[in-house]
Amino acid sequence: MFIHIDNKTYTVKAGKNLLEACLTLDLDLPYFCWHPAMGSVGACRQCAVKVYKDENDMKGRLVMSCMETVTEGLRLSIEDKTAKAFREQVIEWLMTNHPHDCPVCDEGGACHLQDMTVMTGHDYRRYNYKKRTYTNQYLGPLINHEMNRCIQCYRCVRYYRDYAGGDDLNVFAAHNHVYFGREKDGVLQSPFSGNLSEVCPTGVFTDKTLKEHYTRKWDLTMAPSVCNHCSVGCNTIAAERYGQLRCMLNRYNGDVNGYFLCDRGRFGYEFVNSENRIKQALIRSRTNEAATESEIMEHVQSLISMSKVVGIGSPRASLESNFALMQLVGKENFYQGISEDEAHLNRLVVEMLRSGCVHSVSLKEIEQADAVLIIGEDIWNTAPMMALAVRQAVVKTAASQASQEIKIPVWLDSAIKELAQEEKGFLATLTIATSPIDDIATHSWHAAPDDLARLGFAIASYLQPGKIVNTDFSEALLDKAKKIGDALKKAKNPVVITGTSCYNDNVIKAAFDVAVALNTGERKTSFSCVMTECNSMGLAMMGSPSFSVANENIKTNGHATAVILENDVYKHIPSANADEFFNSCDHVIVLDALHNATTEKAQVLLPAATFADGDGTLVNNEGRAQRFFQVIPNTTSQVQESWRWLKKLQTLKLHTLNGHALHPDDLLREMETALPQFEGITNVSPKHDFTIHGEKIPREPHRYSGRTAILANKNVSEPKPFNDGDSPLSFTMEGYKGTPPSGVVPFFWSPGWNSVQSVNKYQEETNGALRGGNPGLQLFKNKSDARDLFFNDVPESFVVAKDRWLLLPKYDALGSGELSSYTAALKTLSPQPFASMSTGSLQALNAKDGDMLQIVDAGIMYGSLPVKADENVCDGVVLVTAGLRESMGMSWGTRVQIKK
Amino acid sequence: MGVKLLLDKAHVEGIRYYDVYRREGGYRSVEKALKMSPADIVEEVKKSGLRGRGGAGFPAGMKWSFIAKPEGVPRHLVCNADESEPGTFKDRYLMEFLPHLLIEGLIVASFALGSNATYIYIRGEYAWIPDILEQAINEAKANGWLGKNIQGSGFDCEIYVQRGAGAYICGEETALIESLEGKRGNPRIKPPFPAVKGVWDRPTVVNNVETLAAVVPVINMGGEAYSKIGVGKSTGTKLISACGNINKPGVYEIDMTISVEEFVYSDEYCGGIPNGKRLKACIPGGSSVPILPANLLFKTAKGEQRMMNYESLSDGGFATGSMMGSGGFIVLDEDQCVVKHTLTLARFYRHESCGQCSPCREGTGWMEKILKNIETGKGKMTDIDLLWDIQRKIEGNTICPLGDAAAWPVAAAIRHFRDEFEWHVNNPELCLTQNFGLAHYADAREVVA
Ligand SMILES: Cc1cc2nc3c(=O)[nH]c(=O)nc-3n(C[C@H](O)[C@H](O)[C@H](O)COP(=O)(O)O)c2cc1C
Ligand code: SF4
Ligand code: SF4
Ligand code: SF4
Ligand code: FES
Repeated sequence: MFIHIDNKTYTVKAGKNLLEACLTLDLDLPYFCWHPAMGSVGACRQCAVKVYKDENDMKGRLVMSCMETVTEGLRLSIEDKTAKAFREQVIEWLMTNHPHDCPVCDEGGACHLQDMTVMTGHDYRRYNYKKRTYTNQYLGPLINHEMNRCIQCYRCVRYYRDYAGGDDLNVFAAHNHVYFGREKDGVLQSPFSGNLSEVCPTGVFTDKTLKEHYTRKWDLTMAPSVCNHCSVGCNTIAAERYGQLRCMLNRYNGDVNGYFLCDRGRFGYEFVNSENRIKQALIRSRTNEAATESEIMEHVQSLISMSKVVGIGSPRASLESNFALMQLVGKENFYQGISEDEAHLNRLVVEMLRSGCVHSVSLKEIEQADAVLIIGEDIWNTAPMMALAVRQAVVKTAASQASQEIKIPVWLDSAIKELAQEEKGFLATLTIATSPIDDIATHSWHAAPDDLARLGFAIASYLQPGKIVNTDFSEALLDKAKKIGDALKKAKNPVVITGTSCYNDNVIKAAFDVAVALNTGERKTSFSCVMTECNSMGLAMMGSPSFSVANENIKTNGHATAVILENDVYKHIPSANADEFFNSCDHVIVLDALHNATTEKAQVLLPAATFADGDGTLVNNEGRAQRFFQVIPNTTSQVQESWRWLKKLQTLKLHTLNGHALHPDDLLREMETALPQFEGITNVSPKHDFTIHGEKIPREPHRYSGRTAILANKNVSEPKPFNDGDSPLSFTMEGYKGTPPSGVVPFFWSPGWNSVQSVNKYQEETNGALRGGNPGLQLFKNKSDARDLFFNDVPESFVVAKDRWLLLPKYDALGSGELSSYTAALKTLSPQPFASMSTGSLQALNAKDGDMLQIVDAGIMYGSLPVKADENVCDGVVLVTAGLRESMGMSWGTRVQIKK
Repeated sequence: MGVKLLLDKAHVEGIRYYDVYRREGGYRSVEKALKMSPADIVEEVKKSGLRGRGGAGFPAGMKWSFIAKPEGVPRHLVCNADESEPGTFKDRYLMEFLPHLLIEGLIVASFALGSNATYIYIRGEYAWIPDILEQAINEAKANGWLGKNIQGSGFDCEIYVQRGAGAYICGEETALIESLEGKRGNPRIKPPFPAVKGVWDRPTVVNNVETLAAVVPVINMGGEAYSKIGVGKSTGTKLISACGNINKPGVYEIDMTISVEEFVYSDEYCGGIPNGKRLKACIPGGSSVPILPANLLFKTAKGEQRMMNYESLSDGGFATGSMMGSGGFIVLDEDQCVVKHTLTLARFYRHESCGQCSPCREGTGWMEKILKNIETGKGKMTDIDLLWDIQRKIEGNTICPLGDAAAWPVAAAIRHFRDEFEWHVNNPELCLTQNFGLAHYADAREVVA
């Protein structure tokens, strides 16, 4: 429809509010309380414009643009004198109590309040009285609190409580003394608290880990990155200065994480700066272990030409690195570095998504689901951002029903919240133990995996009687199935979510069968399976055998050299098996970024790049391939991407070294040829030689300071900028200044918009895709000729055994990351390892709450753990905190013994 | 002696208790109403011309007819007994001395609106009144006027008393609803209006205590007859709580045909200004309505006599008039300082702002600080213009009318008493010990005489 703004005519999309319309048209209009993901509440009054009844109306009426819907032919003015004066006045009001301490404020230079102040033109302050002051709170190790800077936009509480479901941050007191914080000092409880630092338009809530090594936004070198800490693959911006990773910021991707990250993702970056980093190549058989690059290449070359070589890949290494290893050792000698149990599950997931029977769902689509069924996965703790998406689905479903009822636009958050009140859309969580996400569930049920699977199959058979013929479902189970089935049937866009973390294929099959049974007619059902690592999917798609097969092969054939890629085998495999493997190897060559149990076994150790000092591609659990880019320039150390090491070794081996530089592009092209399932992977991002008007895309903002001084202690002349040549991004501040292609946006910044809010300048419309489409490539195409896949594999009910306990993992959103645990702040928030069992189980063991128990599995004695009684854990099951060092390599999903 | 419809029995011994109240003709309106259809009751109230007594004066019958009636969704009547406006204490009087009158009105209104659960949201500082109300509710219930199947009509109704925690803003109807729901008392943004989505998402009517009590005479005498009392759109009688420099502060029922002058000076009402002082100014409708200097109080700008009714009090707009508001009549004699008085109000509004929207939250605090400076001899001439500028930008630009309520007193004070503000600025020492006095604001009475 058409509207007139300051006497010019524009086309806008119906249903939007005036503020969204103006921002989408690239017109500048200041705002505070409106947030694209959270809608309007009309509190700050900053976005005022004039609207006119018709062309004869000269007086007009002041309205809040975020509160008015566009209507055909609407006339509004941004430039009107009264409107401008009012907007300027709002800033002056806010400033009456704002300390204006920009020079010492962490927000400075990336501050929405600064930007809006300049935008309104307010410069002279008539207020000359004392400002109010507050006491700040200790909010834990992640978020800093500086309440004096607050402008009372209410975004923080709206985000924390309404959007993310937290309940320990609130607004207190009233009038010009409202306070945003906790009831008393203490750690913020939500695993999504980090987003406060981006949601808050001022320096009240800021990233405390950044404070440890603070750098202004304008001084950061930044690159597009992808989160390493779970299989969701949120898009991030990695930011560097002086060779150190300073912080991670959200990188908007309309299909994936939108505006937010979880705390594991945002704060888990410190491993890159860790003391534990491997920076030097080592040959451990020598007295002088440190080796130069040429020494090490020669040494490795001789080792791998001497005997049979096996390559152990990694679910946390990039596709490029896994593929380079596969090339080096040969396809037949390449193994996934995970247990057979997990590999089996991952294969199953690939088979399901490849079948095309159901749509592989993105986070954005989950947010829009009108019913969600979760079977067997504690997504709150294993894929936090997916849980946040499910929360939006649940809240939005109720809201959209309410808004249709009385025609309120969905962005009118205040009204929608009142309308929806406590109502929630349908969510069933069928999991092995309670999870915070149960709070918003319509149905929750906790049982052993096989029983969860049985319920899943019962739902599938209820939805499509005849497809599953099983007569031994109990009445109670059928009743549950009917309730859930009926709710799912009512939905138009239901989503079924499952995951590999209960190590049970029946669970995944049952979830899949429900999705297939539901996917009929008008109803479009989507499916998602959470996996364990950031590239579990990519590795699984390569289709190689598991570590267990490698182990068997080596045991039977003997004499092999193992090349282990970025993988702590002990994390995935019981230590006895891993020891056995290493003992049967002639030589062990390890590439990794951090020291761990596996690198200790290495005779040769190569320093591998992390996501921050290398390029690569990861495939998330949805099947979306996404590229990350190096941000730490590497001029001196030996650290390089594993794929580069491996490729160099390969060229050495094949004597094909011809002076060509190696680019990920080349590797991906070879990969596409060798493994057609990765078709299109070369197009995930622009190629390394891509330029715009002959210019590369600068990783440094145009205000980057001190570059002539940074190395002045070594040499007064400015060194040539580092250039890795791998991507269209340069390590300088010169280059193309416009909007880069969406996949290579290194930071959000636009004239007049220095803060993260500048993202609106990169979107096609507010909340829409990034200009040119959201980055990433879905590798599972929705096939029209979908293969009919249906499992119908109903397991027997779970039976409690007398002295055997089913060992299952209990993940923790902040604590369970292998790499994120190197962030000191996250480490302190990680739970102490413990086991939980039902009181019935404890009685059977003759133990009580608080006793120390020891898990014994296939002869391995694990360290003893305190046990907690938990009524929601079913009899015969023991849950153990997973992902912590103490529970590495446990045989999840198997029956173990427990000793007191 | 004017007509009395509400307080006519106020002085009957024991009228607070059911037996006396019933004996004096109480609950007749319920008997009558239960025989009517709810729509007919609404029609009667419409006909009566009864306007909301909470401040805005919105026609009660019209408001009732707006209530949405979606299938299967309960509706609620909420009685606004938050009465926190400085100078207004008429609802307190009603509830304290005539609790059954309110309960009676509530039952009729509940029946008309279809509310089976009706709430009285009462100001926290009225600590002793909930007991009185609850006692009355219990008596009414014991006598079959509340509870299940009231008087065999098949209509069920319960009345619950909910105490507020002492926030003025919780008198604003949507903030009241939030508070009633157990949330922070922040006003909601409309739409949706309470009539569509109110308490717990259900259609809700919020009315003032006095409005609901007035339903009793409306039903008893019929809408038509009620509308004949008073003048123009100011029908029926109105309670005025008078205070300040008068001989007889208290709550008076007037029939809106008397003049302001009569109200101030007649012995039946305020009884004149004590100690032979002269009248300086008056806030006729509760602290948020514009203050009027003596010369504009008794006569409108057109030179007509100003009457105690909605139309006449607002005659001349804000330039020369004021508002009926909630009927809090505050009188200032020649010894009062308008600057100090404005500061007191500014402090009140700053303190009572919910803190949601910027103009009110920040503007009120700033105005208070400036007024404090002027009052204590630290003001500058430019401060007066600054005050004017701030209040003007607050007015009309906030989420709820508290912003306006904070802006109007400041605006009116400057509009009519600018010379007094300037005198403060010019006499920084003197203003600490002396008052500006009456100056040229002649006591209109002397002019009349
Ligand atoms: C800040 C503010 C405070 C208010 N306080 C009261 C109050 O204490 N009592 C009251 O009846 N109405 C109060 N109102 C008016 C109510 O919002 C509402 O209009 C009134 O209760 C409707 O009742 P009526 O139509 O019977 O007048 C207040 C309004 C505002 C903006
Ligand atoms: S703390 Fe930040 S987000 Fe919260 S109200 Fe204040 S300025 Fe807004
Ligand atoms: S850990 Fe997972 S959910 Fe969290 S930011 Fe990283 S990818 Fe996203
Ligand atoms: S005008 Fe004042 S009281 Fe009303 S919503 Fe705004 S801040 Fe709250
Ligand atoms: S952004 Fe519109 S009122 Fe705050």
